[in-house]
Amino acid sequence: MTDFSDALTTALTLVATMDRDLTEIVLLSLRVSLTAVAIAAIIGLPLGAALALLRFPGRKVVIVLMSALMGLPPVVVGLAVYLLLSRSGPFGTFGLLFNPGAMILAQVILVIPIIASLTQQVTEDLWHEYEEQLQSLGASTMESVWTLLWDGRYSLMTAHLAGFGRASAEVGAVMIVGGNIDHVTRVMTTSIALEVSKGDLPLALGLGLVLIFLSLCINMGVHSLQTVGRRWQR
Amino acid sequence: MHGQVTIFPLHTKNLCYQIGGKRLIKDISFSLSHGTKTFIVGPNGAGKSLLMRLCHGLIKPTSGSVECHAVQTTQKCKQAMVFQRPVLLRRSVAGNIAYALRVYGVEKRRHREIIEESLRQVGLNRFSKHPARSLSFGEQQRLALARALALKPDILFLDEPTANLDPAATHVVEEVIEMAHLAGTKIIMTTHDLNQARRLSDDILFLYRGRLKEQAPTGELFTNPKNDLAQAFVKGELLWWRQRPLSPDCDAHKDQ
Ligand SMILES: Nc1ncnc2c1ncn2[C@@H]1O[C@H](COP(=O)(O)OP(=O)(O)O)[C@@H](O)[C@H]1O
Ligand SMILES: [Mg+2]
Repeated sequence: MTDFSDALTTALTLVATMDRDLTEIVLLSLRVSLTAVAIAAIIGLPLGAALALLRFPGRKVVIVLMSALMGLPPVVVGLAVYLLLSRSGPFGTFGLLFNPGAMILAQVILVIPIIASLTQQVTEDLWHEYEEQLQSLGASTMESVWTLLWDGRYSLMTAHLAGFGRASAEVGAVMIVGGNIDHVTRVMTTSIALEVSKGDLPLALGLGLVLIFLSLCINMGVHSLQTVGRRWQR
Repeated sequence: MHGQVTIFPLHTKNLCYQIGGKRLIKDISFSLSHGTKTFIVGPNGAGKSLLMRLCHGLIKPTSGSVECHAVQTTQKCKQAMVFQRPVLLRRSVAGNIAYALRVYGVEKRRHREIIEESLRQVGLNRFSKHPARSLSFGEQQRLALARALALKPDILFLDEPTANLDPAATHVVEEVIEMAHLAGTKIIMTTHDLNQARRLSDDILFLYRGRLKEQAPTGELFTNPKNDLAQAFVKGELLWWRQRPLSPDCDAHKDQ
């Protein structure tokens, strides 16, 4: 028990003094996961909306597949990206492996199905309501996709939150493709895993606290945005 | 209006629509002329809304055709529709009209003036910045009307635009429709309010169970309806239509 309180004290000191190593790790984590969510959104939002309003054979299969992919095991994605980016792999020449770029790529793959699938659900409901009106005004498919995304933007924030939660909490993929290299690819989750295995609990605990705190802040921020926005919308 | 009025703005030929084996619109043919307000009347479920959506091109007929023409044949026919239940985007009142104008390709610099003008017509200009969906049902209905009018369509379809309005709002809407009519828009409107039809319409399509039973100028339909069902309907006797033997032509001939 004293172990724990010692660790907690040290952890809080590290956080309070904005320890250099800690700050570096936190900033890299944020950079990797936020970039991954942004890229995944650029792909996943239109993909989800298109799935909601286009009718084509095999649409249901794609929707089920997309929703199944939400549960992709991070280590498997990490392995796949590793194979693609390793020197002997098809994209080996870019030398991305063990760089933040590789970690972003892996997280993008993990987050796209989440954003696309949740977007499809949100926009499909909206499309039921809007379809005839937009058709009547003569909106093109592109315009309709954009309208659904814009009018559903407050509900869609939840999709981004879920994506960010997935990206920032996962350890398997970034460990494999990033390699947890100090000052290069070490992020919060991988260093927590490392510090625990080394027995350095204070740093691990400090990082854990920061991770939870950041995720709380982001969630609260988005929820208040949603509340304000929604009140305005309906 | 200038230009020769040589063709009908709306013309349907053997229009049929069926879904899941049910024939909901049966062999409807009519031509409507410019400069009149045409009302589609009939009991609930007669197919009034379906017929409008077919004419507006929202659903494809199973067979038969719909043709629309602008006053001048060279123009593309511009249509707008106000639905029975207003569908408003999650934007401001003005934003809803701006959206329609943008999709329609109206120049951006004219938006403000058009928005103000059409909101003023329906008496909603003080709500311009409010979220559209915070308006009351009647106000939403009027906004949907303002949005359609802002497009200055050749044909305006109105699906029971006053069905849920109080008398004051109904009066406003009727005035606005009259104004659009005077400005040269072809009005096609459904109603189940016979008094309103008698008061406002120039000619009437009487629909019953998916079939066009009678097309006649309003005065004629009300004083001397040829169809016995239309007769019963204008007398307000259609309530017990279930007990009436169906007239033989109802399901007799095939559409294809
Ligand atoms: N998508 C649909 N599927 C099955 N039946 C429908 C569909 N749309 C309309 N109907 C039926 O067609 C008939 C006419 O509907 P509608 O045009 O809405 O009537 P109204 O004259 O009251 O506007 C109704 O009996 C309705 O139940
Ligand atoms: Mg109807």
